[in-house]
Amino acid sequence: MGDIARAVPRRVALALALLLATPARADEAPLTDVPGDAARGRAIVADRTRGLCLLCHAGPIPEERFQGNLAPPLDGAGLRWSAAELRLRLVDGKRLNPDSIMPSYYRVEGLHRVSPAQRGRTILAAQEIEDVVAYLLTLREEPPR
Amino acid sequence: MKRLLALLLLALPASAQDRRSGFEDMARETQAMQRDDMQNPGMLWVAEGEDRFNRDCTACHSEASMRGVAARYPAWDEATGAPIDLAGRISACVERHQRVAPPARESQPLLALTAYVAHQSRGLPISRPSDPRLAPALEQGRALYGERRGQLDLSCVQCHDDNAGRRLAGSTIPQAHPTGYPLYRLEWQGVGSLQRRLRGCMTGVRSEPFAYGAAEYVALELFLNDRAAGMLLETPAVRP
Ligand code: HEC
Ligand code: HEC
Ligand code: HEC
Repeated sequence: MGDIARAVPRRVALALALLLATPARADEAPLTDVPGDAARGRAIVADRTRGLCLLCHAGPIPEERFQGNLAPPLDGAGLRWSAAELRLRLVDGKRLNPDSIMPSYYRVEGLHRVSPAQRGRTILAAQEIEDVVAYLLTLREEPPR
Repeated sequence: MKRLLALLLLALPASAQDRRSGFEDMARETQAMQRDDMQNPGMLWVAEGEDRFNRDCTACHSEASMRGVAARYPAWDEATGAPIDLAGRISACVERHQRVAPPARESQPLLALTAYVAHQSRGLPISRPSDPRLAPALEQGRALYGERRGQLDLSCVQCHDDNAGRRLAGSTIPQAHPTGYPLYRLEWQGVGSLQRRLRGCMTGVRSEPFAYGAAEYVALELFLNDRAAGMLLETPAVRP
């Protein structure tokens, strides 16, 4: 390993390192041609067995009690992030933060011992991701203090 | 005296001071239910286990000889050359010494006997697995505890070490100390084993659980006991 490092000129090594550490794409393109539906997105976020979001996040969905506090509140997400940035965080946020506990909602590779019922399936379908993104974009108020 | 105590406390590793049983995260009413044997539904299983023990086991064992046993399980089983948990040990006795078919994992008779035997150690500290032959399984348990799994791609560490005390929806995430098993869980409306609890956490992250009795659970239990060494047994505990 040390030999290889010495054999490669410094500048080439630097360029290589930059190439290998491809920055996470911030411009995740829409997954479908059909624009997301914010009302359907809200229902997915509120549903603990579909979106699962409220297990970890709190959000402006007052009829759902017992919201989690493992993650920042969803309030204001539409102020902080663009559609592309939100989509990336849902599709595979681990491209931004490999240690994140937030599940990757649209990825099937690299998982271990997935239960047979879910094996090979993404947590949400492409259109559901678009719906959730559309809903998150409507969240333009900071969380209550 | 006070100074001595303070010094002693300082000498303890931080983890020994910070560790808390799931008991402490519970609502007051649930704590009261566990504390009062007249209210604790787990005591019904203990009573059933006592009847079975007096009927089937006292030819070879006494109640007094069961004191402290649960605090040092899982242990090494000479007969199979593998670690064995308390329920497995009891099943093996039924099979090897009573020469009848062993009770199924998670069956009422086995839960009752295990609850009775573990109850004999209530209030005793969990001892650190010390038999060197257990070391490989202990390491396997540590690895399983750190491994991400399931569609949600989460490890035990991420919930029970990194986020203990926070709320996953309505539940406070406990530190996962196996101090109370078998225990009565309100959600189960019955007594269940540590393996049942671990399966719950595994299916919760949408991963394929191991089969009851699998070596992986014994390995996880060894690791959890190592992590909880010195904490006091509570069997039969109550949990939400
Ligand atoms: C198991 C926990 C968990 C679940 C389930 C979860 N998240 Fe997250 N989420 C996190 C954490 C933790 C962060 C903080 C950043 C990080 O660690 O990646 C985060 C970050 C985010 C962010 C960026 C936060 C900000 O504004 O800075 C958004 C938006 C988001 N999540 C939306 C969602 C949505 C929508 C869902 C459900 C479809 C969801 N999350 C499900 C844990 C979770
Ligand atoms: C997504 C979060 C999460 C993950 C991952 C998780 N658990 Fe849990 N675990 C919980 C919650 C929440 C509870 C408490 C449930 C309740 O009170 O209803 C719990 C309870 C427990 C308990 C019971 C503690 C007691 O006081 O009786 C043990 C032991 C445990 N988990 C071990 C594990 C192990 C081992 C793993 C990995 C194989 C694991 N958990 C993975 C969330 C998790
Ligand atoms: C015919 C004799 C016999 C009967 C009946 C019997 N056992 Fe045992 N038991 C043993 C022997 C011998 C051992 C020591 C390990 C071995 O050889 O299996 C043992 C070990 C144990 C241990 C582990 C003790 C330790 O210190 O590690 C437990 C717990 C136990 N028995 C519980 C039971 C229960 C509960 C029953 C009734 C359902 C039962 N046994 C019935 C003979 C018996």
